[in-house]
Amino acid sequence: MSTDLTRKTADELAQSLAAKEVSSVEVTQALVDRIGAVDGAVHAFLHVDAEGALATAADIDDRRAKGEQLSYLAGVPIAIKDVLATKGMPTTCGSKILEGWIPPYDATVTATIKAAGLPILGKTNMDEFAMGSSTEHSAYGPTHNPWDTTRIPGGSGGGSAAAVAAFEAPLAIGTDTGGSIRQPGALTGTVGVKPTYGGISRYGLVAMASSLDQAGPVTRTVLDAALLHELIAGHDPMDSTSIPDAVPPVVAAARRADVKGLKIGIVKELGGEGFQPGVEARFTEAVELLTSAGAEVVEVSIPSLKYALGAYYLVMPSEASSNLAKFDAMRYGVRVAPAGVDDPSAEQVMASSRDAGFGDEVKRRIILGTYALSSGYYDAYYGSAQKVRTVLARDFAAAFADVDVLVSPTSPTTAYPLGEKLDDPLAMYLGDVATIPANLVGIPGLSLPVGLADEDGLPVGLQFLAPQKADDRLYNAAAALERMLEQNWGGTLLSRAPELEAAR
Amino acid sequence: MSEPATGISRDDVVHLAGLARIDLSDAELDHLASELPAILEHVASVQEAAGDDVPAMSHPVPVDNVFREDVVRPSLAPEDALAGAPASDQQRFLVPKILGES
Repeated sequence: MSTDLTRKTADELAQSLAAKEVSSVEVTQALVDRIGAVDGAVHAFLHVDAEGALATAADIDDRRAKGEQLSYLAGVPIAIKDVLATKGMPTTCGSKILEGWIPPYDATVTATIKAAGLPILGKTNMDEFAMGSSTEHSAYGPTHNPWDTTRIPGGSGGGSAAAVAAFEAPLAIGTDTGGSIRQPGALTGTVGVKPTYGGISRYGLVAMASSLDQAGPVTRTVLDAALLHELIAGHDPMDSTSIPDAVPPVVAAARRADVKGLKIGIVKELGGEGFQPGVEARFTEAVELLTSAGAEVVEVSIPSLKYALGAYYLVMPSEASSNLAKFDAMRYGVRVAPAGVDDPSAEQVMASSRDAGFGDEVKRRIILGTYALSSGYYDAYYGSAQKVRTVLARDFAAAFADVDVLVSPTSPTTAYPLGEKLDDPLAMYLGDVATIPANLVGIPGLSLPVGLADEDGLPVGLQFLAPQKADDRLYNAAAALERMLEQNWGGTLLSRAPELEAAR
Repeated sequence: MSEPATGISRDDVVHLAGLARIDLSDAELDHLASELPAILEHVASVQEAAGDDVPAMSHPVPVDNVFREDVVRPSLAPEDALAGAPASDQQRFLVPKILGES
């Protein structure tokens, strides 16, 4: 029974809980047991809170028994990326500089999840301060891809994606600055959504790049993602960039799942050279399925995409160098005194603490950002990158004047072996080429698993993009494609993942 | 050491590390000095797209200053605010000397 519960979708669990066929304590215990059995091999979690999750579950069961009106997902357990503040639960952002820090407040997303009664299983592993595309830059060791534990799960939200793919959690929260929900989604065969910028509160999300960061769902089905999206979305007065508009009807769109008459644009620049043959093959087949279901597919060009990667790798480190200035060893985080200095100054303590607390990738980006923002280089680098955003936004607007959604492969390759690109930052940065544009212009994106590459048998993701605030279009199109693919496969893609060896 | 095409030298990295308040080891400085020019060369193409007539976009949505009424609201209790501090004393953050006096 317990193994079955870990394999159910969030929607199935919500229905079983509402019908009182199963209790939240049973579901939560099954997932806690699963984490205990397989997380030694996956390392999706940095912190597991079995006691807290079971207490929430017992409370929800109790309230349900009393006939209380509960949220649809009440009692369905969830995992949260370690970049979101969780009151009373450690939050490290995968960094040594925050080792042992327990936030005195909740992020708005966390507070919403708690208020809705979802047991929080724990915090998931990530690249340090969300800087990376492989989860190898975590100060606490890498996460392993459940499809092949010698490979990366993607990043920076590899922990959230791996937890969902390894059946350790039906739902997880990720954050996406340049693809950190969608790229690990593609590499682990899960559904990952970056909502419209400002659609979900960023309050309590430890910022990497404030104008790019966006929290969103990681799940095993499109409907589950929609249910979680609708729960956590909405205006938050605590976040000045939060959109004060109504939440797009994403759940209704996921249930509609009809692409008849939908105009879909294939982005010419996001394919071809640099994209693995097996990725291209699954992508092409998926597009054919969409056509067979009545969608009209055309090729579109977004010429300024060739500048997007450069713009991202200037804007992101610039904002990160500024955001991470708050880690000064004065009010929280580790404090490391400089060696051999009597009575050191605050500035000396700050510099030695930041050296000891930050990992290589974080230091690299802080120095790069400091350079791009420094006097004499600002206009050439940061200023130009911001202009690229304007050009890119104009190009996307022109494309969306002709089509409803855009599609591309989510990642140019499938999951590569751990360590392969660790010493080559440029090669790793190139893996985000298809996901980054959405962050620069604030549009929503969704990655859907569309099969396994022939050459390595690893998952491939297809990315849908829609205009700002039209997140519902992603869910409608993705749910339609998901339905057709699962009919062809005779089940879900994740059901074909190799069984993980339980820890011995 | 010769000056790379992008104009970033090891001395520049030393200066940047000072600005960023990070004590980097000699090995880290050497490593970054060899890596940063390649990264900068790769991102420099943004200058081609940036005509004088193109306005800069700092945020994907318009951002305005947000004001609220100047009224007292609940906030963190001092013990909560200090709970994660490396050192504290009598409801205050205890920090190393800030001015150059002992």
